[in-house]
Amino acid sequence: MATISPSFQQSPAGAKPEIVPAGRAASVLDLIGNTPLLQIRRLTDGILPPGVRIFAKLEGFNPGGSVKDRPARNMLETGVREGKLRPGKVILDSTSGNTGIALAMIGAVMGYPVELVMASNASRERKQIIQAYGAKIHFSDPLEGSDGAIVLCRKIRDENPERYFKPDQYNNEANATAHFMTTGPEIWRQTGGEVTHFVACMGTGGTVMGTGRFLKSKNRAIQVLGVEPDDPMHGLEGLKHMASSIVPGIYHENELDGKIPIGTEEAYEMVYALGETEGILVGQSSGAAMVAALKVARSLREGTVVTVFADSGDKYLSTNLWIGWNQWRGKRAKK
Amino acid sequence: MAVRVRVPTPLRRFTAGVDEVPAEGASLKAVIDDLERRHPGIRERLLDDKGEIRRFVNIYLNGDDVRFLDQLNSKVKDGDDISIVPAIAGGR
Repeated sequence: MATISPSFQQSPAGAKPEIVPAGRAASVLDLIGNTPLLQIRRLTDGILPPGVRIFAKLEGFNPGGSVKDRPARNMLETGVREGKLRPGKVILDSTSGNTGIALAMIGAVMGYPVELVMASNASRERKQIIQAYGAKIHFSDPLEGSDGAIVLCRKIRDENPERYFKPDQYNNEANATAHFMTTGPEIWRQTGGEVTHFVACMGTGGTVMGTGRFLKSKNRAIQVLGVEPDDPMHGLEGLKHMASSIVPGIYHENELDGKIPIGTEEAYEMVYALGETEGILVGQSSGAAMVAALKVARSLREGTVVTVFADSGDKYLSTNLWIGWNQWRGKRAKK
Repeated sequence: MAVRVRVPTPLRRFTAGVDEVPAEGASLKAVIDDLERRHPGIRERLLDDKGEIRRFVNIYLNGDDVRFLDQLNSKVKDGDDISIVPAIAGGR
């Protein structure tokens, strides 16, 4: 395999890594991005050929706790630059959670009121976090899913179009551009240019589009793969089954090298396994991303697979994600 | 026992796009079996291969989560309302 660049070498066993003190920040917005890239080792031990590695970008390290801080900041800053977001305007969007948290947090810092539309079955923690940042929530019918929130959001805006600035993460190119400008370059730098496969879950498609475009601009051979639920009826919060959903305007399937369908149950069990073997608690979409990254990695003889763990798991402790945990532990104990 | 079942968007491909369908049965399990007869394919989305309610599926009987009732053995009466709700809203 290719020579590993010095910045990318594993620390020798027992060596203490150098601890770099955190920088001083003038605003929480300056803390967005530059998240760590973690090699997944114990979980892949003995499963992967020696020349194949998997890394995960830990987006839970963003101040708002998810990857969505990146597009949210870029959409709002672009709105200000273009004069569409200005004093007196209210930020309005439909979101089941992480984008809402990011918009609420960034809106608070920038001094704009925020109103969000979400299905009422979004997790309790998410609703409380959003409200803690001072934002207001409009609830849509849970049976209509995220498409129901999109429709209600349009209705609210159409009743008073002058009042609102709608970032519209599904159709705003600033969403994908955020990843082109930050996530992509970070992964390129953190892998010393050795990334061969990029695997990311798709909700709006922003992460996979923007990051994928940047990586392909550096090396056209890099494979960019989107992860989606294997059925329209699924439990992978934040993900869209594209064929059965309103397709986001920023999503261009022809730019992908492939799509990987993942089942909800296997993703949930991967979340449990990541906690117990790698010491990281993540959300269900990260479980799906890891299952997909493993599928890709197992098909390779050599390569560097990078995926994105979109958020951390603390927001999901009250959700269905943990319903099967005891059963899973029992099954594992018998092995 | 005749009941009304509210169907979420991702399952409406089994109900010809209809959001509320009738079904019959004396227990939730019987209602789901009846739904399967009327709308083949729907049961597999609700129950796993052991016949238990899938982890990401919430079923409400007159507004109460059946996980806190008697699960699939929950008794059903004439005129009851059953809602099937995916555990997530989808879309970040």
